Amino acid sequence: MSEVVADFVVIGAGPAGMAAACEARSHGLSVVLLDEQAAIGGQIYRGVETAPSDRLEVLGKDYAVGRDLTSAFCSSGARHVGGATVWNVSTDGTVDYVTNGSSGKAVGKYVLIASGAMERPFPIRGWTLPGVMGAGAAQILLKGAGALPSGPVVLAGCGPLLYLLAWQYLRAGASIRALVDTTDRSAHLHAARYVTGALLGWRDLAKGIKLLAALRRHRVPVYSGCTDLAVEGESRVEGLSFRHGGKLVQVPASLLLLHQGVVPNTQISWSTGSAHRWNAEQLCWQPVTDVWGRLGETSLYVAGDSRAIVGAQASAVQGRLAALAIAARLGAVTDLDRRAAPLQRDFRRHTSIRPFLDSLYRPRDENRIPQDGGVLVCRCEEVTAAQIRRYVELGCQGPNQTKAFGRCGMGPCQGRFCGLTVTELIAGTRGVPPDEVGYYRIRPPIKPVTLGELTR
Amino acid sequence: MTTEALFSIPHTAVVKTVTIIIDGKSLTVPDGISVAAALLAGGVRDFRSTVVGKAPRAPYCMMGVCFECLIEIDGVPARQSCLVPVRDGMRIRRQDGAADLVTANLGDVA
Amino acid sequence: MDNQGMTVIGGGLVGAAIAYGAVRAGVKVRVLDQGDNAFRASRGNFGLVWLSSKGGKLPRYARWTRDAIKLWPALHKELLELTGVDSGLQQPGGFWLGFSEAEITARASLLEKIDREAGDIPYKMMEPRELREYLPGIGPAVVGGSFGPLDGHANPLMLLHALHAGLRERGADVISGVSVGEIRHDSDKGRFEIVATDGQSWKSGRLVLAAGLGNAKLAPQVGLQTPITTTRGQVLITERLKPFLKYPTNKARQTAEGSVQIGSTTEDVGLDDGTTTEKIEWLARRAVATFPALAQARLVRAWGALRPLTPDGYPVYQASTSCPGAFIAICHSGVTLASAHSMVIGPWMGGLTAAPPDFDVFLSDRFADPNKSFSHDH
Repeated sequence: MSEVVADFVVIGAGPAGMAAACEARSHGLSVVLLDEQAAIGGQIYRGVETAPSDRLEVLGKDYAVGRDLTSAFCSSGARHVGGATVWNVSTDGTVDYVTNGSSGKAVGKYVLIASGAMERPFPIRGWTLPGVMGAGAAQILLKGAGALPSGPVVLAGCGPLLYLLAWQYLRAGASIRALVDTTDRSAHLHAARYVTGALLGWRDLAKGIKLLAALRRHRVPVYSGCTDLAVEGESRVEGLSFRHGGKLVQVPASLLLLHQGVVPNTQISWSTGSAHRWNAEQLCWQPVTDVWGRLGETSLYVAGDSRAIVGAQASAVQGRLAALAIAARLGAVTDLDRRAAPLQRDFRRHTSIRPFLDSLYRPRDENRIPQDGGVLVCRCEEVTAAQIRRYVELGCQGPNQTKAFGRCGMGPCQGRFCGLTVTELIAGTRGVPPDEVGYYRIRPPIKPVTLGELTR
Repeated sequence: MTTEALFSIPHTAVVKTVTIIIDGKSLTVPDGISVAAALLAGGVRDFRSTVVGKAPRAPYCMMGVCFECLIEIDGVPARQSCLVPVRDGMRIRRQDGAADLVTANLGDVA
Repeated sequence: MDNQGMTVIGGGLVGAAIAYGAVRAGVKVRVLDQGDNAFRASRGNFGLVWLSSKGGKLPRYARWTRDAIKLWPALHKELLELTGVDSGLQQPGGFWLGFSEAEITARASLLEKIDREAGDIPYKMMEPRELREYLPGIGPAVVGGSFGPLDGHANPLMLLHALHAGLRERGADVISGVSVGEIRHDSDKGRFEIVATDGQSWKSGRLVLAAGLGNAKLAPQVGLQTPITTTRGQVLITERLKPFLKYPTNKARQTAEGSVQIGSTTEDVGLDDGTTTEKIEWLARRAVATFPALAQARLVRAWGALRPLTPDGYPVYQASTSCPGAFIAICHSGVTLASAHSMVIGPWMGGLTAAPPDFDVFLSDRFADPNKSFSHDH
């Protein structure tokens, strides 16, 4: 058991965490940064320090720019503890973790939770079959290992990451059999309301147009407005069936990459007992914080995508803002408002396109709330949508009761991959808003750790 | 179950390799990548079978949240292979159903 | 159902079992249950169906527990057939494991006293060598133990699910998301009016308070006086493992699903049902000392729950004298006693049978003497 004390403990080495650590160091605070991965970068800049030049070329400028942040972090003087599994965060600033088989404690005057985002679950029939993965997962394989699909790949869903991965695959010479787009065409109309904001984020829009043009150039079959997705196969994926323009289409696939946006990874903030609210635009939970990211009256702050989805650049700015506020509390910064103002302007600029994106790429109800009762909602304990509905009929009002009745959320992922689906399923069945249904009561351990690790 | 790999790692990307052992078979893989990446590129299609329905599963998220890539590594069952970097001589076994403390203890621990 | 029928306040293990017992005996039953965020002691139950060492200061309680143990297989079978939900009962006998000679000596004399006073409470003290024949995985820290051939375990959550599914099958009216604020008794009409905090209300001829800690506020409104305290119990639950532990023990048990439950603490912390790093680590150390192979098992959940306790730890079962038709049940052994609550207490509180014999020992009057002090017995 080792113990380290610092002014500022950061959880997560993505943009928000690294930027916060740099900012805090620049005001003389002692900083310890814990991250589950061995190397810094988070998921967005995964492997950026060590990626060879051809991989940087394939992944594009927005990835390569991550090196600015990783090198700033490396020379900041913050202490980095890699391979650290955080299993408990107390509201007083104590963080318990396990690394290399034994436990450690980092005691911070303040703690920043910067645990980032995860891909939104895509609960459709057959989504548990080997060969079905998240598009973000495949991108991590490309960033971390340079791995590309061996044969033609099928991409399905919606959201910027899906098109970005397609573009990166084409640049790397990988072959795409089909892109099955689930974007709701009526969403284009809704999204038009946010065009002013989108124009402020014209750079992001221009990127999107460039990606689509690349797909056309490579003659990738793009099916748009698809519904009724179902994965085919018995013991592994064999294909994807869907409805397109009123017709049932089937495409063969041995590798199917699904994606419908990312959602905040809120496991840590929930575990601290903090209040959360349902974000109806982004269709996910987000912790309730003050403007600087502080959770209630605790020593804990949240920044970046784990607070609400804002993207990499805005996450870094938000991390800096949280670090500034903490430095001010510790007396290391006296002119907080003056220093924060330009960062706040940056934040607004980086997030101006968000309402447009959230509206345009709003995942379809049918891909979040399975109507097909046979769809597995809880992958770990293999609980179906029909079972959850049955527990609601028996009187269960929320996810903790359905969990008690049918073990949904009791497996090793601890509810991470079924939680949103269960909340929305119960809300739909009861006919009440998600806020009234609530979420799992997340308790330590935040991630599974062995009993032996807790004794060493 | 090894078969044609879903992913491949072009040789240009490889600097140094290590050898890992999956269910008794040697696999030469690039150093520095995760066990999950190594197995996917090495032709392992399913990593384990589920406890409840004995259904085959393989990695889904590659970032430590879905727990589908659980596998026995160096005698310790149910490790998240997407979070563990490969190491030369590492012994890996696919997991059939629930983790088995007894055989894990008698297993390949160095 | 104005004057007929019975309303049970509390849909946890105690309330659901009593309600199920009443409805299966033919009483018209309504259950008022809280929502998703209730304290829910049922969820923190360790799951033992346990006789050994119960009733050291109250032989009637030892006999009552023995009755429940013997009624359990019938309840389990009935619920399984009726609802398809398996409450996970296994009664292979169970072990208490000791870490010191002093603990073991005290254990032997307690078990001898209970068997002598209550009668027919079998047990056997064992040396480590004999323990290993049953539990090959125990570590050197275990220096002795006792075996209770009638002991066993069940799945508290599946039992709760089965009881609720059974209530539904048998036509009970279960209303969820209700927080009861007030109970009025109309002595002329011989009925109760139950008012929820959101203004809903129900009328009923009979009333059972089985609201756990919530009883404290409700009991005085129907002429029942009952001191309730609480202790927090923390338990640890591992990932599912292949079977390695054939018998339940006082420190760890492997469930039918394969996960290992490790328990539990007894802490006097008021209404805080959280978990603590210190106790999680203490439970982990104790589990690994008991079964060293568990060092490799992954902890998936830790849980804290509040046990509703009377000052001496024994239950209260009581009928109100000032408001006839009102009853209270307070008990924290909701799993062990579920069968007796269904098959004996349900029909009694439902008005179909008389109180079980020698039940006066469970009246709350025993706490009335202000000069008497109490300690929890188990």
